[in-house]
Amino acid sequence: MEQQFRNESTRRRPISAVESMTWLVIPLFNEAPVIRGVVEGARSVFPKVVCVDDGSSDASAAEARAAGAVVVQHPINLGQGASLRTGLDWALGDPEAEFFVTFDADGQHDVGDARKMVELLASQPLDVVIGSRFLDARTKVSPIKKAVLKTAVAFQRRSTGLHLTDAHNGLRAFNRRAASSIAITQNRMAHASEIVSEISRNQLRWAEAPVHVVYTAYSRAKGQSVWNSVNILSDLFVK
Amino acid sequence: MDAGQTVIKGILIVVLAAFAVFLMLPGRGQRHVAIRRLVMVVLLILVVLAVIFPSAVTAVAHAVGVGRGTDLLLYGLIVVFAGNSILMQRRHRTTEREITILARQLAILQAPSPADREVADPAAAAEPEEHAEDVHLGEPVDNEARRNGVF
Repeated sequence: MEQQFRNESTRRRPISAVESMTWLVIPLFNEAPVIRGVVEGARSVFPKVVCVDDGSSDASAAEARAAGAVVVQHPINLGQGASLRTGLDWALGDPEAEFFVTFDADGQHDVGDARKMVELLASQPLDVVIGSRFLDARTKVSPIKKAVLKTAVAFQRRSTGLHLTDAHNGLRAFNRRAASSIAITQNRMAHASEIVSEISRNQLRWAEAPVHVVYTAYSRAKGQSVWNSVNILSDLFVK
Repeated sequence: MDAGQTVIKGILIVVLAAFAVFLMLPGRGQRHVAIRRLVMVVLLILVVLAVIFPSAVTAVAHAVGVGRGTDLLLYGLIVVFAGNSILMQRRHRTTEREITILARQLAILQAPSPADREVADPAAAAEPEEHAEDVHLGEPVDNEARRNGVF
């Protein structure tokens, strides 16, 4: 309900130059029930939305297209990391595009946060802005999830030298330099850690921005379980 | 007995360590393939010898401190199996990476180009009318000729 209201209020604003220079990249895998609403909400701020359909078996691609997104389709399921890289590569083909935002398909991100991140990127000498759930009190995280995330943050700090306050947050904004230099070889969920180490390897200028992650019943049912952290760790270590 | 077992322990540890070193080596290419084939040939020869001279297996087993020939064969099987699964996993990952590159390239080639998506979109869509409307809402079409084509 609150989300709906926010979309209405933003729709009246004229679309600024920065927003029309931005591509929103949404990795999409079997999210047919929600993707139309998510894309419509996102397009009220960013007119350019590309969904990378990662071999969905439901109507995700058609729903995204109906909402006005461009759909790039993987012939087989490759994982979220590959979807992100495909989306970025495709959007880099637009010579007018300067900013690239990665956004989740399940509706847990706030497009207003994404706009603030892009504005930060446009006004400050930065290459990457990463969303963090722990910079303000808006996001409610369960104690177990918080413990797992904090462990991941500590691990990430040690392995990459980047002092981030959050790990595995899917909302990120890149400029052209960052979007083209970040290599993603981890197909599955470990790509989030890989992006962080790529930021440090390519010496990109980064900042964090507070974001609000809404855990709906839908996203909770689909989202990463705590068990998946075991898979992520093994993906990172076993080459 | 215990002192004798150190021989087989030593052999097993050395062989497994050799696997680890083999995995660390960066080279794929000819040397790796050659080593793999040599190991395969040696294994086959050993198996043939074991079939012809069953008692020899027991003798070798006693020499390295293993009780029976079958136990020695079991040890050998485990070592070969471990090495093989490590190799298969490695090859699987390489294949996976190659398929990813291929599939991503295919996806980008099939998608409408971002520079002229106004033109490409309605053709790709199932409902062209709805899409024409989307184009209108989304981006102002700057190209004069293209506008004539769309509207």
